[in-house]
Amino acid sequence: MPVPNGVVYDETDEIDYTDIEEKYQVKFEEGFDNILVVDGVPIIDKSKLDRLLTKIAKEFTRKGAAIKSEDISVPWNESTGKSNGYVFVEFRSAEAAAFALNEMNGHPFDAKHTFSINRFTDIEKFANLDETYVEPPREEYQAKEHLRAWLADPQGRDQYVTYRGDEVVIHWHGKPSQSEVAYEDSQNLRTELYVSWSPMGTYIATLHRQGIRLWGGPSFQLQARFFHPLVRLIDFSPCEQYLVTWSHDPIVVAEGMPQGPRFFSPEDEGNNIAVWDIKTGNLLRTFQTMQTEGEKKQMAWPALKWSADDKFVARVTPGQQISVYELPSMGLQGKKSIKIEGVVDFEWSPHGDKEREDEKSGRSKKPAENLLAYWTPEVANQPARVTLLNFPGRDILRQKNLFNVSECKLYWQNQGDFLCVRVDRHTKTKKSIFCNLEIFRVREKDYPVEVVELKDTVTDFSWEPKGERFAIVSSNDPNLGNPGPGITIKTDVSFYQLERGKNDFKLLRTLASRTTNTIRWSPRGRHVVLATVGSTSKSELEFWDLDFNFDDLSTRREAQKEDWGTGIQQLGVSDHYGVTDVEWDPSGRYLATAASAWTHTLENGYAIWDFRGQEVEKHLLDRFKQFLWRPRPPSLLTKEQKRLVRKNLKEFSRAFEEEDAAEESNVSAELIAQRKRLVDEWNAWRIRCQEEVAEERRARGVRQEPTRRQEEEREEIEVWVEEVIEQIEEEIAD
Amino acid sequence: MSQRPILLQGHERSLTQIKFNKEGDLLFSASKDSLVNVWFSHNGERLGTYDGHNGTVWTLDVDSQSRFLVTGSADNEMRLWSVQSGKCLFVWEFPTAVKRVAFSENDEQIVCITEQRMGHQGAIRVFNINREGDGTNQSREPESMFHPVGSKATVCAFPYMPGLILTGHESGKVALFDAKSGEEVASNERAHMDVVTDLQLSVDRSYFITSSKDKTARIHDAKTLTVLKTFSTETPLNSACLTPNTPYVLLGGGQEAMNVTTTSLRQGKFETRFWHKIFEEEVGRVKGHFGPLNTIAVHPAGTAYASGGEDGFVRVHHFDDSYFRAKPYGDIEILN
Repeated sequence: MPVPNGVVYDETDEIDYTDIEEKYQVKFEEGFDNILVVDGVPIIDKSKLDRLLTKIAKEFTRKGAAIKSEDISVPWNESTGKSNGYVFVEFRSAEAAAFALNEMNGHPFDAKHTFSINRFTDIEKFANLDETYVEPPREEYQAKEHLRAWLADPQGRDQYVTYRGDEVVIHWHGKPSQSEVAYEDSQNLRTELYVSWSPMGTYIATLHRQGIRLWGGPSFQLQARFFHPLVRLIDFSPCEQYLVTWSHDPIVVAEGMPQGPRFFSPEDEGNNIAVWDIKTGNLLRTFQTMQTEGEKKQMAWPALKWSADDKFVARVTPGQQISVYELPSMGLQGKKSIKIEGVVDFEWSPHGDKEREDEKSGRSKKPAENLLAYWTPEVANQPARVTLLNFPGRDILRQKNLFNVSECKLYWQNQGDFLCVRVDRHTKTKKSIFCNLEIFRVREKDYPVEVVELKDTVTDFSWEPKGERFAIVSSNDPNLGNPGPGITIKTDVSFYQLERGKNDFKLLRTLASRTTNTIRWSPRGRHVVLATVGSTSKSELEFWDLDFNFDDLSTRREAQKEDWGTGIQQLGVSDHYGVTDVEWDPSGRYLATAASAWTHTLENGYAIWDFRGQEVEKHLLDRFKQFLWRPRPPSLLTKEQKRLVRKNLKEFSRAFEEEDAAEESNVSAELIAQRKRLVDEWNAWRIRCQEEVAEERRARGVRQEPTRRQEEEREEIEVWVEEVIEQIEEEIAD
Repeated sequence: MSQRPILLQGHERSLTQIKFNKEGDLLFSASKDSLVNVWFSHNGERLGTYDGHNGTVWTLDVDSQSRFLVTGSADNEMRLWSVQSGKCLFVWEFPTAVKRVAFSENDEQIVCITEQRMGHQGAIRVFNINREGDGTNQSREPESMFHPVGSKATVCAFPYMPGLILTGHESGKVALFDAKSGEEVASNERAHMDVVTDLQLSVDRSYFITSSKDKTARIHDAKTLTVLKTFSTETPLNSACLTPNTPYVLLGGGQEAMNVTTTSLRQGKFETRFWHKIFEEEVGRVKGHFGPLNTIAVHPAGTAYASGGEDGFVRVHHFDDSYFRAKPYGDIEILN
C-alpha cells in the first residue's frame, strides 16, 4: 500500500483497495519496463542518424521526458541499409517510461510522421497472444438494491441518522411502535468526522481520512468512494449528480499513487477543492481555495454553488468575477467568466414546482432559465447594487441601487418566487445599523421591488416554504454583537405577508421581547418553530401555527383579507436544555432537536416533538454528535393527484385510524403481558428467597422474624378528656 | 406529595450519611462538620447531638433496639454512643479514617471499613459488641480483621447469611467475604463500572441495592451476587435505597461536588429519583436540594423518606395518601 506524505494509516479501518491494486499492479517479470518502442519514426539511412536522434531526444525532452540520444537504439534493415521506422528508447526507470508513454504517444513528429509508442514488454505480449476467440463467460446478473427503497415503506415512515461516539445508526421514525433501528453496523457504516445525506436522501456520505464513501439501499451497501485524503467538507449538487469535496491540505500526488480517471493526477497538486461525478466516481476537476486577501475571513462553504438543475456550477472571485462551469465537462461556460467589479456574493435561484412540472411534462420547449442574483458594495461614487442576471443568457434583468450599505445577504424563497435582499445599512455617522428588506417579486413582469424598512438589526430571516410569508428575528439589544457568557440577547419575532392587492408586504404580527434566535419553518409551511439555540441559560422552543383558524388553503385565501394575523396561534412551548440543532422532518409532522457534543458536553442527546410541541421521544446520550433527517425527493404525484388525495382525505385517513386503534390495543396487551412476566419472575424469586432465609434462621435457632411487624407494634392509647364548657346556674322557681 | 417537606437545618457542612431507627421515629444524620444529630422524624425537631468527633463523620448506624449508635470519622476513631443519653460509651482508634460502619442483624457485631492511606492498607474489622451492662465495657480488639486484596472496599453490610460480609469496592466490584478468614467467598467484578457509593439491604437482608458513580443503581441477590435489576440514570449516583412496601427504589446523586459551582441548578440534576423496582422505569422526581444528594434513607414503615445533600440540608418528606393510592401500573401484587 503506498503511503503518501508519510501519513500513518490505521490498518484496521483501511479502505479495501485490493481490486485497484490488482488492476494497476506493474509486472516486473521481464525487467524491460523502462524500454519503449517508438514507431512512426521516419525511415532514414545512416547518414542522417545523428540528426534524427538529436531531434527525437529534443522532442522527448521538450515534453518533460528527458532522454539523451545515447538512450536511443535504432535497428537497421541489413538488406536495404535503411532504418526500420522504429526505435527503442531506454529510460532510467519504469515510471519515467510510463510518463513518456502518456506524453508522447500520438505525438506529431512532423507533417508525415506521428509517434505511436508501446512498451517493449507489451509488444512481446501481444505478439504471443493467442488469437483464437474465446467467448467470455457471461457474468451473472446481480440485482442491485433500489436506492430509494425507503420511500416504499408500507407505513410511510421517515428515516434519520444519529452519530454518537463512533457509532452511526439509521433509525425509522413513525408511531412509537414503529420506531426502530433500520441499520446499524459498527464495522461497516462508520465515519471519522460526520455524516451527511445527499439532498434527496439517496445516499449517505461518511468522511474518512482517505476520502468519502457513499452508502445507499436498504442494507446500506457501499455505492461509491472518492479518494480525497483528509477531506473535511463536502457538498452535493441539488440533483445528486455531483459531489464537491474540500480538504485543508493541498492535494499531493506521491510517486506510485494509483492513476486513472478516479484519482488525482499531477496537475491537481496544490488544489483543495475537487468535483466528482457520483455515478461514475470520476474526478471532474479540481480547484484551489480562493484566498481572501487582508482580513482572515472564514472560508465560505459551499465554495462552489450549483444551479438548481445541476447544469452549472459557479464560484465567485471576490471583487472580480463569477466563473460559471458547465457540467459534465466542467469547462468554463462561454469560455469566459462574468467580470463584475467588486462582486461580493451571489446566489442561484432555486427551481419551484412549476419548473419541475414543466420539465417533466416537456410542456415548455426551452429549458427553464436559471437566475443569478449578486451584489456589489459601494465604491467611490458608485452606489451598492443588487443585480438579477439570467443564465446562460447573461442578460441583466433588474438592478437596484442601494445607499449606505454595510452588508447584504440574499435569500431566495424555495420556489424561486421571491428574492429578499437583507440590507444592513448604517446611519450617516456609521454608529448604528438598521435594516432594509428589499424584496424582488421574480415571477412578475419587470421584477417589481418592495421595501420593508426596519429600525432594528435583523439577525435571522426565513421564507415560509412555498408561501408568501416570511419571519424575521430583529433586535435592538445593546449587547448584540458582543456575545459573552450569560448574555442572552432580547429579540422580537415578526411575521410578514404579501398583500396581493396592494403588492406590498404587510406586518402580520410581532412577538416582542423574546430570546428566539432561530426560525424553523415546517417544510410544508404554515407551522413554524421559534427556538433559542446555543444559549446556556435559555433553550425555549415555541411552536406556532399561522393558519390556526383555517383548515384548508382555499378558505384561507378568502378569509385572510379581513382579519390579518388572527390565525397566528401558539400551539405549545417546551424546552430542550442546551439545544444546538433544530430540524423538521421532511413531512413537517415532527421536529427534532439535538444537543451536540461538538458544541458542549451538557446533557447531550436528542428529542423528537410533534408539530404541537408534545414530546414524542427523548434520549440523553453522552458523546452524541449529530442528528439528521433523511431528506425526501420531490413527490412524483401530479398536482391533480395531490388535489384528489386532499379531497378524499377523510376516506384515506379512516384506514389509518383503524390501524392505529388495532395496534394500540395490541401494544398495551403486549406491554401488560411483559410486565406480568416481570412481576411473576420477581415474586417467584422472592418466595424462593424467603424460604432460604427462613431455613437459615431456623438453622441458627433465631426467633422467626414476625412477618408483619406494623400491626404488632402499633399501640392504641385511648384518652378520655373531660372538659367543662360552661356552667350555668339556674334558679328554678316553684 | 402535597405536604411540604421538613427542612432540617442543623449542619454547617455537607451530609455524609443519614439513617432512620427501626421504628422510624428518629432520624440520625452525620456530617462533615464533625457533628452527629438525632431528630424527630415526624416534625423535624432536633432531639440532640452526639458531640465528640474531631473530623468529618463519614458514617453511622443504629441498632435495632435504638440503644446503641456507632459512628466512624476522619479523626481515625469509631465511637459507640448511647442513643438515649448522648454519652460516648467507647472509642476505638485506628491508624486511618473510618469510612463505613454497620450493625449485624442481631446487633451483636459491628463491621467497619478503614481507609487505605499513609502506608496503611484498607482494612475490614468485625467487633463483638458487649450488650451487657452500660455498654462501656467493650473489647478493644476486633473479633477478626482482614485486608481485601485488589480494589479497596468503600461500603459494607451483614447479609442474612451468617459469617459473611457484603462489600462494595472502588473498582465497581461487589463481593462476599468470610468474616473470620477474610477469604473472598464470591464476587461480581463487573457489578458496576465505577466506585460503589452506597449499599442498602432489603428488610430480610436477602437482596440489596447499590449505587455507583457509573450513573447506575443495581439490585443484587445477596447470596449469588447476580444483578437482578439495573436503573440507568444520566448522573453519577451517591445513594440508593429500597422502599419497604411500595415497589419503588429511590436514587440520588448529581454532578461531582467540585463541579457544582460551574453547573446550573437544573443541570446538576440534584433530584431524588423514584424508579419502579421491577419495571426499571423512572416514575418521578423530587427537587429541592441545591447540591448533589449524598445520602437517602427511607422510613422503615415506608411512610416517609429523607435525603441529605452536599448543601448541608436534610429534607424529610412524608408521603401523603395519594402516593400510596397511586398505582401507575395497575393493581399488581409485588412481594417485598
